Amino acid sequence: MNRILEKEYFSANVVKLVVSAPDVAKARKPGHFVIVRCGAGGERIPLTIADADMEKGTVTLVVQAVGESTRKICALEAGDELTDLVGPLGRATDIGLREGTVVCCGGGVGVAPLLPIIKAMKQAGNRVVSVLAARNKDLIILEDEVRRWSDEVIIMTDDGSAGQKGLVTAGVEQVINREHVAEVVAIGPAIMMKFVALLTKKYNVPTIVSLNTIMVDGTGMCGACRVNVGGKTRFVCVDGPEFDAHQVDFDEMMMRMKAYQ
Amino acid sequence: MNQKDIEGRDTAWREDLRKAMTAKERADIPRAQMPMLDGDYRVTCNEEVNQGLSLEQARLEATRCLDCPNPTCVEGCPVGIHIPDFIKNIQCGDLPGAAAILKLTSALPAVCGRVCPQEKQCESRCIYNKMKKAPVAIGYLERFAADAEIARGSEGGDDKPASNGIRVAVAGSGPAGLSFAGEMARRGFEVDVFEALHEIGGVLKYGIPEFRLPNSIVDAELANLRRAGVRFHTDTVIGKTLSYDDLLNQGFKGVFVASGAGLPRFMGIPGENYCGVLSSNEYLTRINLMGAGRPGCDTPAPMGKRVAVVGGGNTAMDSVRTARRMGAEKAMIIYRRSEAEMPARREEIEHAKQEGVEFMTLANPVEYLADERGRVRAVRVQRMELGEPDASGRRKPVPIPGAIDEIEIDLAIVSVGVSPNPLIPNNIDGLKVTERGTIAVDQNHQSSIPVIYAGGDIVRGGATVILAMGDGRQAAASMAEKLLADAGC
Repeated sequence: MNRILEKEYFSANVVKLVVSAPDVAKARKPGHFVIVRCGAGGERIPLTIADADMEKGTVTLVVQAVGESTRKICALEAGDELTDLVGPLGRATDIGLREGTVVCCGGGVGVAPLLPIIKAMKQAGNRVVSVLAARNKDLIILEDEVRRWSDEVIIMTDDGSAGQKGLVTAGVEQVINREHVAEVVAIGPAIMMKFVALLTKKYNVPTIVSLNTIMVDGTGMCGACRVNVGGKTRFVCVDGPEFDAHQVDFDEMMMRMKAYQ
Repeated sequence: MNQKDIEGRDTAWREDLRKAMTAKERADIPRAQMPMLDGDYRVTCNEEVNQGLSLEQARLEATRCLDCPNPTCVEGCPVGIHIPDFIKNIQCGDLPGAAAILKLTSALPAVCGRVCPQEKQCESRCIYNKMKKAPVAIGYLERFAADAEIARGSEGGDDKPASNGIRVAVAGSGPAGLSFAGEMARRGFEVDVFEALHEIGGVLKYGIPEFRLPNSIVDAELANLRRAGVRFHTDTVIGKTLSYDDLLNQGFKGVFVASGAGLPRFMGIPGENYCGVLSSNEYLTRINLMGAGRPGCDTPAPMGKRVAVVGGGNTAMDSVRTARRMGAEKAMIIYRRSEAEMPARREEIEHAKQEGVEFMTLANPVEYLADERGRVRAVRVQRMELGEPDASGRRKPVPIPGAIDEIEIDLAIVSVGVSPNPLIPNNIDGLKVTERGTIAVDQNHQSSIPVIYAGGDIVRGGATVILAMGDGRQAAASMAEKLLADAGC
């Protein structure tokens, strides 16, 4: 059991939870995820780690209510407990000094797992330009935190209610066109990552995506999370969650994510 | 335990039992038939198929045992259970005595009595085979004695032995880890078992279905281990949540890695990633561990009316029989060799047939076809014939040119084996692994890092519950010896 210490609404359907998990807080690195279960009959679902406080022994999760299980989790209040939280899982992000700008682009709640990567890339000495995208102003999350660790932040909204009107790809393309971009890290909905990958392939910019597929155990046992990367079947939970965006078969992945809809 | 249990066959009471009836008379008693639920009823529920022997049946079956001077059955047991000793205790009605003997060598007798392939182990070595008679039903008797002990309740459990203060950690709570934990606790070590999932039991919970091994039986065995002082921690992945260094810093002097077989293997054929094509691990985990399809459980169940299970092992049988229980009208095994070569236990194959499972042998999937939404709708199978024997000694299946059929299905479960779980090998520096990705160990189950021992499927790559338990038992013996020597005991 893991107690929820703080809860904050980012929007009607998106909450931030600060959860007690001392071992996970100590062990986690940017790129890692956890598996969470809520209730005795709860499903095991993967959630990315937005932040952690080793001293307080907490991890921060950002959860969007999209289905039965995430709705249950979003309905929990401070003082309630998650039935299970296990992690950190997956391989950590390869952080290092790049020879050029690192562009970190996040769509929707994808900004949450992106934040630790932005922070680590900045601390590694990189120039970091972050591109945050959402349908509208209210759905842009963690903007202040992202600004703290970015040299520049570009906001893109579908309706133009904040930043520039347009898709995330437009923001990324601006940066690529004006300065040498060494690497793009993209986290968000599958369709967004697909189009970022198509864009950066055109410019030949190495790009990393973090995949959030269906999982059951999350420890390399069930194979539900398998994706086609460069023609090979890989498991997101133990081989990922990050992969070379230009090798990922996004269409197959999106098809598989609808397996139980 | 009762004194007479360990006295061996030379005691007066054993001699009396032997003299009470001639070998011929014993041999003429027919082997006990396991009472079981009817096949048509079975597929409507998840109740255990085998109902267990009655006391009368068990005592009569125990009478069949000739109490050989050199019992070869014991040599056939990976953990060396004192077979005639426990059987003769059953014959004279001392069930606690029988259970106590089982516990000397096996931490999970009620499990082994159900899932061990006795026909390939102890029972295959029974003297009756040489006499052209059916072997003593050792497995049924083991289960009988273990179940009687569980029914007797907590009064039958072991107390915690005096602690020697030495802490050991176990990664994984499947059969290898539990067997190791039981052995170490019995020797007075302080044992902590770390499990990645939210339930203790490993494959006994997520893999083997309740109709073959009820969870209540596993839980009863776990309760015995808890009483013996073993501590269990769920949601803890060794190598991730706690590193090897964390374990050392917490004072653990030995680590036993029993993290099991992980990654499911797929065949690498077109269409294998369509929706509705999944591994047996995923299928069984969803249904057994997560309760998919049951009221109050959120995990979605993969449902199919026409289900194909690819493979011929016990996991394939578990999957196809589960599919029947989940409402499949047509549930079939597709296996590339003939039925005689199937690695599954004969009993499981027979049970599957009684439950209406169809067997398509000498057939190998070559492609899955899907509808416009990417959901599997058919499998194309290549018909095979048996050719010359291959490296395994079995006749190699070879494709019959042009003989390809398309079979309509809406769910495919791939059960063609597993690769070792890479989590621990990937996350402990300096731990030597083999080319197959299993942890390399010596004959004492010790790895390239002296503190770390390993056993079960993480070493074997994919074997049985009992072999894993044998590893746990042997690793415990050698680690205990080393740690006690290190401590100057």
